[in-house]
Amino acid sequence: MSFKLMDWIEQRLPLMDAMNKHVTQYPAPKNFNFFYVFGILAAVVLVNQLLTGVWLTMNYEPSGEGAFASVEYIMRDVDYGWLLRYMHSTGASAFFVVIYMHMFRGMMYGSYQKPRELLWLFGMLIFLVLMAEAFMGYLLPWGNMSYWGAQVIISIFGAIPIIGDDLTLWIRGDYVISGATLNRFFALHVIALPLVLVVLVFLHILALHEVGSNNPDGTNIKKPKGSVAPEELSKFAFHEQYTKKYDIVDAIPFHPYYTVKDLVAIVIFLIIFCGVMFFAPEGGGYFIEAPNFEPANGLKTPEHIAPVWYFGPFYTILRIIPDKLLGAVGMFGAIVALFMLPWFDRGVVKSIRYRCTAHTVNLVQFAICFIILGVLGTLPASPLNNMIGVVASFGYFGFFVAIWIYSKNEKTKPVPDRVTGK
Amino acid sequence: MSNAPVNNGRRRFLTAATSVVGGIGVVGVAVPFIGSWNPSARAKAAGAPVEVNVSKIEPGQLIRAEWRGKPVYVVRRTEEILSGLSAHDDQLKDPQSEVPQQPVYATNASRSIKPDLLVALGVCTHLGCAPTYRKGDFDQEVAGVKDGFYCPCHGSKFDMAGRVFQNVPAPTNLMVPEHSFPTEDTLLIGVSGGEA
Repeated sequence: MSFKLMDWIEQRLPLMDAMNKHVTQYPAPKNFNFFYVFGILAAVVLVNQLLTGVWLTMNYEPSGEGAFASVEYIMRDVDYGWLLRYMHSTGASAFFVVIYMHMFRGMMYGSYQKPRELLWLFGMLIFLVLMAEAFMGYLLPWGNMSYWGAQVIISIFGAIPIIGDDLTLWIRGDYVISGATLNRFFALHVIALPLVLVVLVFLHILALHEVGSNNPDGTNIKKPKGSVAPEELSKFAFHEQYTKKYDIVDAIPFHPYYTVKDLVAIVIFLIIFCGVMFFAPEGGGYFIEAPNFEPANGLKTPEHIAPVWYFGPFYTILRIIPDKLLGAVGMFGAIVALFMLPWFDRGVVKSIRYRCTAHTVNLVQFAICFIILGVLGTLPASPLNNMIGVVASFGYFGFFVAIWIYSKNEKTKPVPDRVTGK
Repeated sequence: MSNAPVNNGRRRFLTAATSVVGGIGVVGVAVPFIGSWNPSARAKAAGAPVEVNVSKIEPGQLIRAEWRGKPVYVVRRTEEILSGLSAHDDQLKDPQSEVPQQPVYATNASRSIKPDLLVALGVCTHLGCAPTYRKGDFDQEVAGVKDGFYCPCHGSKFDMAGRVFQNVPAPTNLMVPEHSFPTEDTLLIGVSGGEA
């Protein structure tokens, strides 16, 4: 009976086929390492954000008069309200932790290179929407840091010549940040951007499965049809979409092999996540900043305006440039540069394991500069901090210049035909 | 019907015409969606002028007035401050106030109508924070200048006429809003003299 029902559905919408293609018969390289767990962790956090977000809207009041009080109400009077809110706020920071790791994985193993450029672009779009989502969400508690953080970020658009002032007025919907701004940010944060985000994640995964997963060796596990001896072929059954055109080697099905491995990662991740959520939900002032425990006050700027930690690197680039327009250009340029990475890198060898020493040095200095910029973004502006910031910014942008230069005629190590390890 | 010849020219014309009309429709539909983000009538009404009594401000004191939700700083400057204004012109980005950040009647050495009363928006021209009034200890920021405004966000510095110093992120002097003095002791922010 149930089989009949499933057949009936299958003939009308091939659900089982899609399941096979993307889960149980999807060929994943067998040599994934630690760095390959962050994609699934990002998906876990996304579900957490969507679920807790929906529940928070049930008691949150999006208005200039009621927002701050309704967050206090959630924290004090709603059963488990504190937990739902901390799941959401800790999830925001966790999202950026796993996304930054996920992106760094892609940079290490050249997962943005041909033919995965579009996959990288979808990923970068997700990153961009995520930043907008986080920024708008941070205004909603209507604390004083919410207010002034939004003031600073919206004013960046005022740097655009000619239309700048009118544009900021249009974004705010008032002469200052007000309830009107709060309400539109709420609408975008809970409806518009999550929809876009979910669609982009869907496209990201489809684009991944079309070109196939990269691996720490950067080798191709899809060989031309008929070029591999039968005993060398992967022992597993894969969906015919993959086997029709290629001989698959060194691969295992995503489910159950990687789902089980990812489950371990998820458990470890959740232990750390819960540790932060229960014992340090404010993240020492980095996840929820101290001035945000007093309501928004348009006449009093907090002594030290700092963005939440995950915006730190870009914020530092904004403020070390002593010119409003150029500062904004520098900040957005830092993100655009990441978008363009597949075209800055002219190399053909993907993995850091087989690229030249200069590449390793370059990537390490990039990571260090990124962290330094992030730390500086949360510290007050001082001449010394600005000087360090300038150096680190040169390191950040220098990464892209350097990779463009040395990747042209790069001295690489021989890339193995098959993945290394067992 | 089955043998109807394909008229490519007509097909192209119809496709193009439909696309153009559809495109115009999309633009038309976008108008209310974009327009609804403008300040509402209520927000505009809240932008009315504000009256401040300035008779009680002590020399050297700063009071904050709220106009359109923004802080307006009103400072009574001492003779000492006024006479010192021109001493640091060479350290300023725009000492002569050439950028129109003030009404014409305040485009003078003290950037004000009455020399002793500075009226300026307490909104940093970098990213909109409220600069802190540093009375007496501003020389920690700029050597030799005793009083001024220091923005806590990104370290922009302004003198006692709201003029911005060099090598800070803020691009222009503090904004001097339209204002007037209907009577000797009343300051009206938001309206120039002769209009009210």
